[in-house]
Amino acid sequence: MAKTYFTADHEWLSVEGGVATVGITDYAQEQLGDLVFVELPETGRKLTKGDTAVVVESVKAASDVYAPVDGEITEANGMLSSDPSLVNSAATGAGWLWKMRLADESQLAGLMDETAYKAHIG
Amino acid sequence: MTGNDDKHLPLEDIHTAAGARFGAFAGWSMPLTYPAGVMKEHLHTREHAGLFDISHMKLFEVSGPQAVALLDRSCPLDAGALEVSQSKLTFFLNEAGGILDDLIVTRLGADRFMVVANAGNAIADEKHLRELAAGFDAMVEPLDRVFLAIQGPEAWAVLSRAGIETGSLLFMHGVEPRKNWFMSRSGYTGEDGFEIGLPETDARDLVAKLLGDERVLWIGLAARDSLRLEAGLCLHGQDITPETDPAAAALMWAIPKDTRASGTFIGADALRAAVERGPAQKRVGLKPEGRQPVRAGAALFDADGHPAGHVTSGGFGPSAGHPVAMGYVAAPLAKPGTRVFADVRGTKIPVDISSLPFIPHRYRKG
Repeated sequence: MAKTYFTADHEWLSVEGGVATVGITDYAQEQLGDLVFVELPETGRKLTKGDTAVVVESVKAASDVYAPVDGEITEANGMLSSDPSLVNSAATGAGWLWKMRLADESQLAGLMDETAYKAHIG
Repeated sequence: MTGNDDKHLPLEDIHTAAGARFGAFAGWSMPLTYPAGVMKEHLHTREHAGLFDISHMKLFEVSGPQAVALLDRSCPLDAGALEVSQSKLTFFLNEAGGILDDLIVTRLGADRFMVVANAGNAIADEKHLRELAAGFDAMVEPLDRVFLAIQGPEAWAVLSRAGIETGSLLFMHGVEPRKNWFMSRSGYTGEDGFEIGLPETDARDLVAKLLGDERVLWIGLAARDSLRLEAGLCLHGQDITPETDPAAAALMWAIPKDTRASGTFIGADALRAAVERGPAQKRVGLKPEGRQPVRAGAALFDADGHPAGHVTSGGFGPSAGHPVAMGYVAAPLAKPGTRVFADVRGTKIPVDISSLPFIPHRYRKG
């Protein structure tokens, strides 16, 4: 069964079988406003925690989304090329950004669970 | 996030109650978006009527027997040729012809004018104008007003329902409909619309009436920016600066022919020389290919990879349905249809020089 983690940078990760699906939280999409473009990563790209994985662009500004842990991209959400607003309408569902195979599952221990994240955003 | 030193709008409580998200702009804490969001706010303005609080901008009254002479010295303007109620876009220039600010000047009477200045330049503008005024029999009075813009095809109708008739007022004209009110048919969206400066008490009353009309929605700075960019209108500090002159900025249309030739405004000699030389770079519209926005600061390159200019404003145009931008390119490239390339995080995005505006203006001119 998938387990969900959160970062202080307002990303969520749903982890199952060593693969994390990553997106931004509803709080984050609300802060960004209407998205008009998502620059998706290439499959196979190796990421180190803190690397810019995706750039989400609202009407007004571009914002980086960072890799929350180390790993390799296995899939990007191609639906977002034609409909970036999915991130606004379904941030934690159909608006996921990418999937990555985790390089080191012990890094998950440093992330928040939902209760801790809710406390984080106040 | 807004800093502690930011100035606050007189109607801030109303914006807070409306659910505004605030951000810092030009030293002010300003509503950036409301709960509808930038996309809906933008489209609503083009379809119905958008209400903007632009009280960060500054109104000055310039008056006195030599008010015309003061303005003719301060701006590349023939103030004496303006008819009462006529407005004109003009500038404060420095001695090098660079644009210190862009302004709207309206003639209120024989020797009275209203000057509307940008928020970020208001303090410098006042100092500049006062220093110049010392040499003339003229007064400069900054006005303490709430300043509202109501923009969109239904702007006139919602004002009418709120008891303000605008019928005979045409685009780029301004009047004083009530005591301490200034109302002009102008704006920053490309739509028909009005800007109204008025005392706070009157403003609270007017806002309450307007918001009672379902055709009216508060619009934040984010949509104000996308609206003006689609309309091809410049933002001072980005698209025009003290380093750009009206010739490079493609704004010479704002300067009357005789004033260009023989005006004695500050920067006249430098501007005449710049026109004579021809600008090295020109301001143009930029239409990026595809969906990815190209933002201010992005470098532009020609087809051979040589530096060609830079982007000064860029984002997504909700009405255009594609990214829109503005910037400066080397004069030989400034022809619509010319392809250049913008560097966005290391990727070269094809960008076509485009005529401005992106969305046709719908001003009421007659």
